[in-house]
Amino acid sequence: MSDGGDPLASLPPGQGRSFVLIAATVIVTLLSTTLSVLTGDIPVDKRSSTYEQMSADTKAMQDEDTANPGMLWVLDGEVAWRTRTGAAGRSCADCHGEASSTMKGVAARYPAFDTKRSAPVDMEERINICRTEHQRAPALAFESKELLALSAYVARQSRGMPIESSDARLTPFIAAGRDIFERRQGQLNLACVHCHNDNWGQKLAGVPIPQGHPTGYPLYRLEWQTLGSLQRRLRNCLIGMRAEIYPYGAPEYVALETFLMWRARGMPMESPAVRP
Amino acid sequence: MASALINVPTKAKRGEIIAIKTLISHHMETGFRHTETGVPIPRDIVTRFVATYNGEEIFSAQLYPAIAANPFITFSTVATESGTLEFKWTGDNGFAATEQAKIIVE
Repeated sequence: MSDGGDPLASLPPGQGRSFVLIAATVIVTLLSTTLSVLTGDIPVDKRSSTYEQMSADTKAMQDEDTANPGMLWVLDGEVAWRTRTGAAGRSCADCHGEASSTMKGVAARYPAFDTKRSAPVDMEERINICRTEHQRAPALAFESKELLALSAYVARQSRGMPIESSDARLTPFIAAGRDIFERRQGQLNLACVHCHNDNWGQKLAGVPIPQGHPTGYPLYRLEWQTLGSLQRRLRNCLIGMRAEIYPYGAPEYVALETFLMWRARGMPMESPAVRP
Repeated sequence: MASALINVPTKAKRGEIIAIKTLISHHMETGFRHTETGVPIPRDIVTRFVATYNGEEIFSAQLYPAIAANPFITFSTVATESGTLEFKWTGDNGFAATEQAKIIVE
């Protein structure tokens, strides 16, 4: 300052300091309220599937079963469903029967709580549990063609059905998933919310930012040129944030998946979806 | 592996233009990629697609490494007579796939 004096010197002793303190508190409060508004959940009626942001061509690809490459995996999955395997010599169909009725709506409520593990398991993990415990066959590798085929076939049976997340036992895992979703991480110091809650609909490197609802997994991503699971997609985002990725099957992914399904509750399933 | 998805109308009027859609399962490895240790991954693509209508060639295409995995080829033709449409894909490493679809022309 030109006069070099303390701007607070003209005020009675003590009063200036407390004024500054109060002002700072007000500003901090304001900032934190603004921040909490910014990072709030997307209102239920404002939620939309990434499908809505896609081009007409990509939408047409998803909508028509003979143009949707994800259907190749579904057809494979149907064969795998009926194939006897493992030491038990049983197929999925031997226990579960016709997937079109027994698997209807199942994928829409996964990850589901597993009492034996006291934790939620996702669709891929459930298939592997069935394989190792009931079929006595080796577990399938994450992102392997056969595992994706089976999960695509099962998920296909829920197409059009609303996502369900009503199991109270999932509550702590939803909270854990939310914690990861809202936590800053990686070299870019970003949290999932910064893109998917605060800036959806904007562009990132020319590409529209989606709200990030897992309505169509496993899905065919044109960028991948193959089908992939939600865990693969989550790894993709983590790499983009320059954060450390969790290994496949990590509880962090399952918690995120559980939270994301809760976040998308009520939205219709699209599996196998097509994304750019 | 389910090899292909075909969409041909089952019925058409004589002289009608019909759309035909085909999707073949193939990873279309370009030959330009390397493994993590630097070993080139050899090219493995579908190189040719031919469609015949009652034995007569109605559409063909040559495919190159820039074409994405699981090539989706769609074209149109005129429904002239009832019969069979046959689709053939051939490619590297002896790849060959054939699919058929019947059409009734009234």
